[in-house]
Amino acid sequence: MSHDSRAAGVPVLEIRGLTVTLPEGADRKYAIEEVSLSVGAGEIVCIVGESGSGKSVTAFTVMGLTPRKELKPVAGEIRLHGRDILNLPEREMRRLRGEKMAMIFQEPMTALSPVMKVGDQIAEVLEIHTELGPRERRERVLEAMRDVNLPEPERLYHSYPHQLSGGQRQRVMIAMALVLDPGLLIADEPTTALDVTTQAQILELVKSIQRRHGTGVLFITHDFGVVAEIAHRVVVMREGRVVEQGPAAEVLTRPEHPYTRMLIGSVPSLTPPERPARGEAETALEVRRLNKVYGHAGWFGGGRVVHAAKDVDLTLCRGETLGVVGESGSGKSTVARCIVRLVDITSGEILIDGVDLAKLRQGELRPHRRHIQIVFQDPYRSLNPRRTVGQSIIEGPMNFGLSREEALERARELMRVVGLAPEALDRFPHQFSGGQRQRICIARALAMEPRVLIADEAVSALDVSVQAQVLDLLDEVRRRFDLAVLFITHDLRVAAQICDRIMVMWHGRVVEQGPTARVFREPSHDYTRRLLAAAPGRDSFLEAG
Amino acid sequence: MATGRDTDPAALSADAKLPTRQEASLASLVLANRGVFWGGALLLVMVAIAVLGPLFTSDPMALNPIKRLKPPTGEFLFGTDFLGRDVFARVIYGARISLAVGLAVALIAISVGLVMGMIAGYVRALDAVIMRVMDGLMAIPGILLAIALISLSGATLATVIVAIVIPEIPRVVRLVRSVVLTVREEPYVEAAIAAGTRLPQILLRHILPNTIAPLIVQATYISGSAMLTESILGFLGAGIPPEIPSWGNIMSEGRTYFQISPWIIFFPGIALAFTVLAVNIVGDGLRDTLDPRIARKM
Amino acid sequence: MLRYVLMRILATVPVMGVVAVFVFLMLRLAPGDPAAVIAGDYATAEDVARIREQLGLNQPIPVQFAKWIGALLQGDLGTSIFTNLPVTTLIAQRLEPTLLLALSTITFAVVVAVPLGTIAAWRAGSLLDRFVMLFSVAGFSVPVFVLGYILIYVLAMGLQWLPVQGYKSPFEDGVLAFLRHIALPTMTLSVIFIALIARMTRASVMEVLEEDYIRTARAKGQNELRVLLRHALRNAAVPIVTVIGIGIALLIGGVVVTESVYNIPGLGRLVLDAVLARDYPIIQGLILFFSFVYILINLLIDLSYTLLDPRIRY
Repeated sequence: MSHDSRAAGVPVLEIRGLTVTLPEGADRKYAIEEVSLSVGAGEIVCIVGESGSGKSVTAFTVMGLTPRKELKPVAGEIRLHGRDILNLPEREMRRLRGEKMAMIFQEPMTALSPVMKVGDQIAEVLEIHTELGPRERRERVLEAMRDVNLPEPERLYHSYPHQLSGGQRQRVMIAMALVLDPGLLIADEPTTALDVTTQAQILELVKSIQRRHGTGVLFITHDFGVVAEIAHRVVVMREGRVVEQGPAAEVLTRPEHPYTRMLIGSVPSLTPPERPARGEAETALEVRRLNKVYGHAGWFGGGRVVHAAKDVDLTLCRGETLGVVGESGSGKSTVARCIVRLVDITSGEILIDGVDLAKLRQGELRPHRRHIQIVFQDPYRSLNPRRTVGQSIIEGPMNFGLSREEALERARELMRVVGLAPEALDRFPHQFSGGQRQRICIARALAMEPRVLIADEAVSALDVSVQAQVLDLLDEVRRRFDLAVLFITHDLRVAAQICDRIMVMWHGRVVEQGPTARVFREPSHDYTRRLLAAAPGRDSFLEAG
Repeated sequence: MATGRDTDPAALSADAKLPTRQEASLASLVLANRGVFWGGALLLVMVAIAVLGPLFTSDPMALNPIKRLKPPTGEFLFGTDFLGRDVFARVIYGARISLAVGLAVALIAISVGLVMGMIAGYVRALDAVIMRVMDGLMAIPGILLAIALISLSGATLATVIVAIVIPEIPRVVRLVRSVVLTVREEPYVEAAIAAGTRLPQILLRHILPNTIAPLIVQATYISGSAMLTESILGFLGAGIPPEIPSWGNIMSEGRTYFQISPWIIFFPGIALAFTVLAVNIVGDGLRDTLDPRIARKM
Repeated sequence: MLRYVLMRILATVPVMGVVAVFVFLMLRLAPGDPAAVIAGDYATAEDVARIREQLGLNQPIPVQFAKWIGALLQGDLGTSIFTNLPVTTLIAQRLEPTLLLALSTITFAVVVAVPLGTIAAWRAGSLLDRFVMLFSVAGFSVPVFVLGYILIYVLAMGLQWLPVQGYKSPFEDGVLAFLRHIALPTMTLSVIFIALIARMTRASVMEVLEEDYIRTARAKGQNELRVLLRHALRNAAVPIVTVIGIGIALLIGGVVVTESVYNIPGLGRLVLDAVLARDYPIIQGLILFFSFVYILINLLIDLSYTLLDPRIRY
């Protein structure tokens, strides 16, 4: 191998004073400004930051994969093994990419071509950069696939991406990146799209491979748990600038910059806080043996049936937050959609006030709809872009007989409750940030004076600092209106902080439920234990305070 | 799943506060598109000619047997046809027919298609039936269908319009249905359902507005293709009654004399091509500004 | 896989059914007495009665339909009123020129349009891209017959490179004569097809070029040509092939016009002659024939998806 720098002590990657412009008309002049950092051989450096921090632009500029017209580097240098590559011609860059530096991405599904066998996609790297014959290429590919612990490499070689699981796809990406043993691996949020248990495996894999090969890794993430899990050194970015960098242990435990302190302070702890024991409260919602089956038998016996929710029971009291925790495909969102009756349920009862909503037809259901309201994950699609915020909020109350004036009065009141100016009712959704939109959605739900509020991953799309604020708001309105909150999330940290009780779902079933502190302290089901063990940053200094 | 929204540099620069569509007025944005501007200007000229032109030209029907098949001169700008009629006057008059057919076909096809598409997208029981009928209708070559319909029901302006409308409907239905199916899954529609909004209001407030932009675009394309179809029908002798000087009919009558008097075909042909071109350029421009994604799918 | 094929084949049955019902009803639901319309303005009462008898119009509609469908399923498309020949025979006589014209057009159009569209997408916004887009808008705007006459005027009458009109069979008159005669009609008919395919190729390649796996390919160090061919075009294939299938409807319409302009004795001319003669069984038979060809080609295209995209395999 030709990684002379590994021996010589020259950093694999060194960025000095890198400045990249944004296109004209953007809200700031530079995407990144005066960024300096270095990655040594065998070192994992995490760039951490929120949306718009410029962390990804930095990574893509190193690879030379940014559109040069829009994101133009104007100052600084990028040294790979000591050689400045910032202004290399495209031909030269192509030779480096894949051989001397490689990259893995956030979405392993879309990062692989859907119409090519995964083995061939890995082999393509060898085809480009080596003179190996087909048989040797195949051998090297299989070796790389074994190296990333892909099962049955001989068979998977001939699979297409859609036939693999998310974790396997990311393993293929890693095999592809490392097949030529490059000195630098750039990982752009490689585990963000994965479930937490898969994420833990992939992080473990990156660590072990990096140790074995002595690769320098530049790891982009927004998740301090992940940082705590793998970083040797940390670079914190904000609005295009590096605000702080240093050894992981130091930055995470003794952050110097106020921004870093705020970020780390916003990360919810995995240790549930003490919660006052709740007295007997009125039952707000009861779900009995809820089943939801998708699909139907096909004509030729080939119908596919998915049991998305199986015999789910739950009871929700007023003033209580019940967390439904699970990975993708666990059925947690299906349960939410069934309870709101956005989808028809297959069997079971949904009791509210002694009325079984599950049995009602659409017309009969309408008067009962106001009792259960929902806030969705994506703040950008939750509000009709063509209607003012006010129109969106008063739509529901006016369906239930309020006059326009009364509804508007209530809307103004609620805007104050969620921390927005009542005057903003006349504006359109695009004039608000993601966090503000989520507040508006909460106001819209509250305008119905519901008993049950369902938050379906309602804070998952938000940056961690905004997330903390919206969580506080949810907790406040729960108390203020004595709401029963059903909180659907994949994020154990968030669940630990906000939920009174936790329900763990797996493959459509509830495998465990109980008070939050109990579930986190002594999980009874094997799957819950695995889930908790996989939470990134679990044993780190993040949990110390 | 949480998604870091800035992982893609392109997304990042898009996320940075560029002036958004709603901030600039929609009308000014649409007009700022070069295609819409120039195509629209050309189209306006055509409309003006169609409306006012015949007031200033000679009688398009007047026969002048002495001056048959004269090439273009100062007296007859576009020459004369085999009956000595002024081709210029006839082309000017023909603009009325073409534009009227284009407009009528687009309006009827869009209205019918909108209703059927909404039903197909929202009423599951009728979806399969409507879409199979549309598939069948799409399988019949439009021109043949029109020819057959006209030859059976007699050639009048109305039957020609109906015959051109029918093959255009399936595409509108498909477009509307696909918009409805996409939009009804949007969280804001689900939130409205959860808030107890009734179906007619859901359709009117939340779904219909999303169909308007793609339908305007579609309407321009339909009117362009309707003008072409009308001329083809006329040319084949299966269109509007021959005594009406539509562009297709003028060209049809010019066929026999093409080798000696090609202007009888070329002038109306050029007029038609420019009109349709203007309409299509406006359509492309509208698509780019109003609704790039949905329109591209079609 | 087999199930997918079977499902697709079965899915064409209702579509064919709809076409058949539509074509059947067209004559029966037309305003006025269809027999009188077909017989024309100078027909005697006996003529009308004879035609009514011949088309079975004096029977109840369900009976007519049953008989008609029964005959159809046996491959009987009816009998011409004036020549008294089976419509299938007439179609067989006229098939060759139309088939060859369609084939040469599709081949020419695909060979020209796909590379044009791909390069336009790759260099979106460039001069070439603008030219391709302009050509495609123009292609949709000029009526086929006007284009035909322009080509005749320039290439045949002016430069005298090619014959003005007519058709020569490659089997009887030799390949060279065939090519000389088919060149102008092919060019004429190709323009709208090139416009359609180039546009779709450009749009779908542009969309694919935004995909993450293109970025992956570049991150591997792959060169742009291979990125375009192996990754972009390969992934953009399905919509391109689909639009070729949809374009068949356009092609059929164009064939009628083109054959009329160039005096080619094909199926398009058969339609026009039938319209002038009001020989309704021929019109009906040809509509059915063309529709079934369209459905069949689109079925084949649907089946080709399994080769183009491994995800489609139920």
